[in-house]
Amino acid sequence: MSEITNFKLCDLVDKVKKKELSSKEITEAFINRSKKSTKLNSYISDNFDDAINRAKEFDSKPNLNKKIPGIPMAVKDLFCTKNLRTTAGSKILENFIPTYESTVTQNILEHGGIIIGKLNCDEFAMGSSNETSYYGNVQNPISENLVPGGSSGGSSSALAAKLTPATIGTDTGGSIRQPASFTGTVGLKPTYGSCSRYGIVAFASSLDQAGPMTHDVKDCALLLEVMSSYDVKDSTSVDFVRGNYLNDLSDNIKGKKIGIPKEYRVDGMPKEIEKLWENGIKIIKDNGGDVIDISLPNTNYALPAYYIVAPAEASSNLARYDGVKYGFRSKGENLIDMYEKTRSEGFGDEVKRRIMIGTYVLSSGYYDAYYLKAQKVRRLIKNDFDEAYKKVDAILTPSTPSSAFKIGEKLNDPVSMYLNDIFTVPINLAGLPAISLPAGHDKNGFPLGLQVIGKAFDEQTILNIAYSIEKNIGYKNNINDWWIK
Amino acid sequence: MTIDLKTVKHISKLSRISIEEEKAKKLSDDLNSIFEFIEKLNELDTNKTEPLTSIAETTLKLRKDKIESKNIREDILKNSPDKNKDFFVVPKVVE
Repeated sequence: MSEITNFKLCDLVDKVKKKELSSKEITEAFINRSKKSTKLNSYISDNFDDAINRAKEFDSKPNLNKKIPGIPMAVKDLFCTKNLRTTAGSKILENFIPTYESTVTQNILEHGGIIIGKLNCDEFAMGSSNETSYYGNVQNPISENLVPGGSSGGSSSALAAKLTPATIGTDTGGSIRQPASFTGTVGLKPTYGSCSRYGIVAFASSLDQAGPMTHDVKDCALLLEVMSSYDVKDSTSVDFVRGNYLNDLSDNIKGKKIGIPKEYRVDGMPKEIEKLWENGIKIIKDNGGDVIDISLPNTNYALPAYYIVAPAEASSNLARYDGVKYGFRSKGENLIDMYEKTRSEGFGDEVKRRIMIGTYVLSSGYYDAYYLKAQKVRRLIKNDFDEAYKKVDAILTPSTPSSAFKIGEKLNDPVSMYLNDIFTVPINLAGLPAISLPAGHDKNGFPLGLQVIGKAFDEQTILNIAYSIEKNIGYKNNINDWWIK
Repeated sequence: MTIDLKTVKHISKLSRISIEEEKAKKLSDDLNSIFEFIEKLNELDTNKTEPLTSIAETTLKLRKDKIESKNIREDILKNSPDKNKDFFVVPKVVE
């Protein structure tokens, strides 16, 4: 029954509702394929036995009114899952077993989902290639020794390899959209405040958002409906009326105004990405959309501002890992010595680097020059978008400045690694929704993505535009299961 | 500006992360290349710009000061690396 894993999320939901497939059949199919795919290292922990029991339980009295009835799903290991180990890709949480459930995974469970495992990610979501994980590199199913992107690299790898029919990630500076782009899948970062941050291991609280990662735009609309909810446990959760994203999905974009920001034509951008972008513009025009040139003048300052704001918030959030209440502890001669050794041995190099940047920019005498400056620049970047949205309904850009690179290629040059997120970071700073969808291949056959950025809380418009582009392109991943012997 | 070894050691102390001598040099190089990149912000005049502290620029909602969780003592202690009865155990702090 291995062909079950070829079905997309919406197809599986349909088959369960028509009683053509049972939850147990589907769950076992994805688990069996996952077991044969250990070479990808997509998983950190599995929940296979428990998941099969839950599937049987579902089948014994199936509730077919649920949005994802009896559907198995592996999730990024940044979401706390009750009684299931949650590591955030770090040694410091190697033995951490949450006693509570994150709101987003709770929503998945309440809508009928079954969690089959926890997926690899960069340590504390800090990375763009999944190479900072304490649990090892993850392979991109597209080609051997290619990074799957990051930080949701286990998620993108498992999804593209069909080890899970859909998955969830988190996106602080591009961590859903960049790995989606690198693996030929769809990833959406919702508006800040859409999905609850409760129970998600915190990185940079003013930027973090959870979002869906799926095979196509339809699945993405469905999973967003499942995930997004107002939550009193997250003080930044926004109480707005969530859309019926799947029901209202439409490829009709006639009269929609779509902006093309000239600042995203960066120096040295590969020709094939420029072509990809041109093709996207042409499709929008062919489908009746209005293409308008716009300017986002402060784009170039987004990445440097991000590398102050995100580490500053991270240094504060990660102060909790002191070896006292939970997590790894190292022996020390006294309390301070214990703290310093615990954090030195428990955190990896990239996390330490970012904590130290954050500590420095917040330290006495430097706060105004760095942190306050970055917050002011953040305002300028948000103003750019506010101005643009007086003229357009959405914005189209490439998702990344390059396709996936080889494992190890950028590991020793932090700034070059950071440049990966040049097209995605401004959106987090402005708190906007954006979707990345696969739109073509480079000369090596590696996937390339287009990004559609929307107005705050207008996820429906970007889903519709992405749906309209997707229908025209008819993108297909070319994966030959090289990792299965 | 440059981040020398002395500054690296100062930040390491502030962040409660001990750094081995041989790693401090590499870290100082990395931090310098990152800060060189960050200095780009100085090109912008932001004298008249208000800082953006949060995207949701609203006042936080108030809620009733009511206890929601009950009997979670064991839950709280469950993941502790060292505990004794109802307490977290740490190295001796007071002489």
